[in-house]
Amino acid sequence: MSADVELENVTIRFGDFTAVDRATLKINNGEFFSFLGPSGCGKTTILRTVSGFLEPTEGTVRIGGVDMAGTGPNKRPTALIFQNLALFPLMSVADNITYGLRVRGIPKTERMRKADELLELIALPGQGRKLVSELSGGQKQRVAIARALAVQPEVLLLDEPLSALDLKLRQHMRNELRAIQHQVGITFIYITHDQGEALTMSDRIAVMSDGVIEQIADGQTIYDHPNSAFVASFVGENNAFPGKVVSASDGSAAVETSIGSLSGTNPRGLKVGDAAILFVRPESLRPGSGAQDATIRTETLSVAFEGNMSHIFLRGPSNKPIAMTVGRVGTSIPEEGQSLTVSYEPNLGTVLPEGKMARE
Amino acid sequence: MSSRLLVFALPLVVIAIFWLMSILESRVRRDPTHKSYFERNGLLLGGIFIGLVAFWTLFLVTLPYLYMVVESFHPTLTPNKRGGPDDVLTIAQYQSFFINPVDDALNTTHIGALIFTIIASAAVTLLNFAICYPLAFYMAQTGTAQKVRLLMLALIVPYWVNEILRAFSLRLLLASRGLINQTLMWLGITDAPIDFLGNNTGLYVGLSYAYLLVMIFPLYNAVQSLDRNQIEAARDLGAPWWRIHKDVVIPYAKPGIASGCTMVFMLSAGSLAAPQFLGGPRTLWFTSIVYDFFFQSFNWARGAAYAFILLTVCIFIVMAMLRVFKISLGETIK
Repeated sequence: MSADVELENVTIRFGDFTAVDRATLKINNGEFFSFLGPSGCGKTTILRTVSGFLEPTEGTVRIGGVDMAGTGPNKRPTALIFQNLALFPLMSVADNITYGLRVRGIPKTERMRKADELLELIALPGQGRKLVSELSGGQKQRVAIARALAVQPEVLLLDEPLSALDLKLRQHMRNELRAIQHQVGITFIYITHDQGEALTMSDRIAVMSDGVIEQIADGQTIYDHPNSAFVASFVGENNAFPGKVVSASDGSAAVETSIGSLSGTNPRGLKVGDAAILFVRPESLRPGSGAQDATIRTETLSVAFEGNMSHIFLRGPSNKPIAMTVGRVGTSIPEEGQSLTVSYEPNLGTVLPEGKMARE
Repeated sequence: MSSRLLVFALPLVVIAIFWLMSILESRVRRDPTHKSYFERNGLLLGGIFIGLVAFWTLFLVTLPYLYMVVESFHPTLTPNKRGGPDDVLTIAQYQSFFINPVDDALNTTHIGALIFTIIASAAVTLLNFAICYPLAFYMAQTGTAQKVRLLMLALIVPYWVNEILRAFSLRLLLASRGLINQTLMWLGITDAPIDFLGNNTGLYVGLSYAYLLVMIFPLYNAVQSLDRNQIEAARDLGAPWWRIHKDVVIPYAKPGIASGCTMVFMLSAGSLAAPQFLGGPRTLWFTSIVYDFFFQSFNWARGAAYAFILLTVCIFIVMAMLRVFKISLGETIK
């Protein structure tokens, strides 16, 4: 069984501090949904509220249409995977996995059968008798998943569960988590500050900053059509050119920046005179001139060769640093010190209202 | 006299054996890079270290106990007969615990006192654990830092009051016309005063309170290092609060629990003041018997024998308990 999760105007305060501010969203049944944001943005607070360890100061949490107010974490149809996994060190792998069944009074033979089944699912068959300390990091990770799945939750909550693993394993576990989600078919709510994780695994992502949900969309939309300066600067690399809107017409706008007038799409419908930031992704820039208000004269400062591509660091007018990424095919890599004209397709620039940017 | 000399020579013999072994080892397995103890520390400093350690282990720890062991195997003699022909090795003092030498009957008084002391100490230990576990859990896991500091202060400061004063204050509180009885009678809960001292309530209260800290701190230490996520994980998986304690907290804190319980049990069984001042008139604590042999009848030999009987029985019980709960001795002293 699987359930949807609804947050309605959920506000969570700790004293004077507002950790989550009027969050409203609906996570669909069977969806892989991620909350993405820098540490301290309130994403873990939301997760703890859904799991029942926190009650919202205001607002309602509904799971499967049922209001969860007053229902403790041990009574909710959710299971949480902790950041540090929180496996029970004194119990065997099988006892860890079946702990939730044991407290439900399910007899031992049934539990052992279930443990074998789950060990099969997480590709650790026959390892139930081992102690948790005898497992590797990735294996512990999988045991934590099995322990949560054993109680047949309708919603699985994951609090940055991959952050303790090394890079290779982390990438491998992304695929594995996605595969497990497909197999069990329940709703996954995933918390992360790693945009790579969010983009590769999620059906939809909510980008959070300072307790506020900035944007909810699928990964591609978030990347290509960010709707705030924070999202544009937090997800992926972006060149930001602050200025004032000088012209706006059906869907596009031009911004007068410190390096001249530049244009891009205008998703938020800004008007002439509004303070705005024009964002252009490094991979949207290419050498050569283009449309007049999408061309920048620069000087090459340095080139960083990364194998499949190169990062080129440029200096625009009034010393504005600009980053450009070029692939290996079809583009010549400029030399350091060489002057270079770069341009972009105007529909790949995005004009967004001035606002808080993500810290580097 | 010869047996006493022998015992005092024993530590020296042991030291000599170890010394010889180390010399032998350095001969057999010669390591040119190895510097001897005196080469590393210098003659003066090295000598001071050895002197201090030797003083501590020999004069303060080993010899007094060895002397008591030897004494317990000697007959009760007046000072002028010590070292004379009557001063022979004997197990009479230990026998006297079982068979009373006065009437050759089973020594029910002393055996009964030992059993009572053991059972009462075990009860005090359990009572103390029941009081301290929730407190320690609160301090280690749920309380805010400020409240925990206040609580610690409230627990520690009363211990600045000396033991005798504490015992007598409790006595005043629990006496027939003490505060508690007067309150109970005023509230109409009881007509006649309850004999808290006679029915040993005072004894249990006094002993539990006396060793509260000895229980709380090992528990606190053990529970404090438990990752709170473990508790939340159990709760999230559906465990009610008592199961979380049974399955997660107590197994984790087991070494601390064993350490606290061992100390409270040992100290209770060996305590003197609280049982004497707070016990009922018919209550005979085993250490009071030992005390009387030493200071009333000046029978050091029998007192020493009784003290060792108590020690042996206590150690045996503690070891058995550690065995039952599958804890190694090393874990409890961590």
